[in-house]
Amino acid sequence: MEHLSYRHAVRRRATGSKRKALVGVVASGNLEVLVERVLPDYMCEVDIRTAAAGFGEIWRLVVADFVERRSPGGLKLSINDGGARPDMVSLRLAQAVRAVEGGHL
Amino acid sequence: MNSDAPWWSAHSWFGASARERVRGLLDADSFEEFIGPEHREMSPHLRVFDLPEQFDDGMIVGRGLLDNAPVLIAAQEGRFMGGAFGEVHGAKLTGLLRAARDIRSMPVLILFDTGGVRLQEANAGELAIAEIMRAVIEARLAGVPVVGLVGGRAGCYGGGSLIAGCCSAVAVSEQGRISVSGPEVIETNRGVEEFDSKDRALVWRTMGGKHRRLIGGAEMYADDTVPSFRDAARRLIERAPPMNVATLAAEQYRLVRRIERFGACADAVDVWRSMGATEPQAIPALAYQEFVALADRLEEPAHEAR
Amino acid sequence: MRLDEILASLFPNGHEVVLDHGLISGHGKLPGGAAVAVIGVDGRTAVGIDEAIRLSANVLDVVRRGRNDAILVLIDSSSQRMSKRDELLGLSEFLAHLAKCLIFADCMGSRTIGLLYGHTAAGAFIATAMATRTLAALPGADPAVMDLPSMSRVTKLPVEVLEEKAKSTPVFAPGLENVAQTGAIEAVLDPTISLAIQVEALLAKPPETADTRDRLGEERHGRPKAADIAARVYGLARGS
Repeated sequence: MEHLSYRHAVRRRATGSKRKALVGVVASGNLEVLVERVLPDYMCEVDIRTAAAGFGEIWRLVVADFVERRSPGGLKLSINDGGARPDMVSLRLAQAVRAVEGGHL
Repeated sequence: MNSDAPWWSAHSWFGASARERVRGLLDADSFEEFIGPEHREMSPHLRVFDLPEQFDDGMIVGRGLLDNAPVLIAAQEGRFMGGAFGEVHGAKLTGLLRAARDIRSMPVLILFDTGGVRLQEANAGELAIAEIMRAVIEARLAGVPVVGLVGGRAGCYGGGSLIAGCCSAVAVSEQGRISVSGPEVIETNRGVEEFDSKDRALVWRTMGGKHRRLIGGAEMYADDTVPSFRDAARRLIERAPPMNVATLAAEQYRLVRRIERFGACADAVDVWRSMGATEPQAIPALAYQEFVALADRLEEPAHEAR
Repeated sequence: MRLDEILASLFPNGHEVVLDHGLISGHGKLPGGAAVAVIGVDGRTAVGIDEAIRLSANVLDVVRRGRNDAILVLIDSSSQRMSKRDELLGLSEFLAHLAKCLIFADCMGSRTIGLLYGHTAAGAFIATAMATRTLAALPGADPAVMDLPSMSRVTKLPVEVLEEKAKSTPVFAPGLENVAQTGAIEAVLDPTISLAIQVEALLAKPPETADTRDRLGEERHGRPKAADIAARVYGLARGS
């Protein structure tokens, strides 16, 4: 299992007031994202646990892109990966932020 | 259900996640989870196999309201490790049932979606199932209805099917399957002549929801929607039989009679014909309403068994 | 130990236990005077609907007699019977019914003691041995959830790899020691001394009201989390 962790400074906090949310399932080609509003407003962290080792660079890019688009300040997003492709990862990260910002999927 | 019910409430039960089923089944915003994913109580046994973990270990337990009445609820995520029972997964359900036994006033809903025991934790999973079965019986002895719902992708196999057999009542949909040994296991052990696991029609005739409803393995047949399962759950809670010697004796008699009537049948079609169906081969294609009407018509007088 | 040796050691003054098509039934009197009913499976027989229905009938007979006789469940079985016919007729209900009868009998005052002396596996294991209140075993017994070659097929890992991993954890591989470590087996009896005395000692212990197998598994380091998780969910459910 590989553990990856990325911290980013962000411009804005994620809106809304929900403290936590969960999206996705740990199945083949899928992933779950647990999002918790536990960090200072200007910070974001993405922790990843994956059995597919050696894709650190791709994860770094996906996470950086996500942080740039969504500015998820205050959020810690924890991922259990079931071997998802980058586009699925991006989708789930976006869903996770939407879920904790109070919108329905 | 309320007028601004979420989109998932009309969707397929089969396609829904365990969380979506729980939220759709219970009254809006009434669900309170016990040891939710944020507690990160995951399996300690999967890392040996380099397998990914899930924060809730594939089992959601908690309480909520069903038409304003408190219920305890457990739901398996069939897409994580095939919904199989592991140590933590099983222990959550065990604890829930023991609480139900001592609280006495809240029914339990178990949303099955399982291939049986998780092989990577085989001994722990097997024992968890035995503990759960004992806890189901103790809860029922305390007067608590324990209702099983079966309609997910993994079906209700192996030890899961034994737990279902201990429940007060079971509702199953067309997509549901209930069996101790899975089709592949029977074929591997006994050959393709005995059971062709790739013959989907055979699998569904033998273990699928329609057959289980007809032969009595399930008390109700639900449509593949959340509202249909909700309705079934409500009704089965109401008519749950007590657990006593009379119930067990009735169950013994019911099962003895089943062997007498159908023990020589080669296939489900023969069973259905024997029950009085005039076009048994057409049953698999019947739509929901027609099948429910047929099943009600063919049903033996209500039994006091289970 | 063979079945006849076990019965002779349990009932030195004789017994009325018979074997028929792999199924054990009857009764005997322990030296101390206690009458016990005996049921079980011998000869590594598979437990299908025809076997389960007879076993459950015997358990219900004991319950209906109302004398609170203890029930001894002797096991040397295969797994559940794997066949189209058994599943077609609803094997899960038959096995569940057997377990229900045993658990119910115990709750009502007929203490159930399992004695695993041979093999058992999967669904048969759950419906017989694991449905007893107190499960004892004899050395040489070999319980399993699934044999390693089958596990290898399903998990797609070579048997050698599974064997290697089994060295570091008791949680998945077959075998008496592994299963005992999870908390499933209360005691391994000594075949060189009287089984009657050992079973009487088990019966003399005050009946457990709670299922303590998870605590036992924790103490033996076979199941590190089950007892705690169950207790926490219990507490949260009762607190709400």
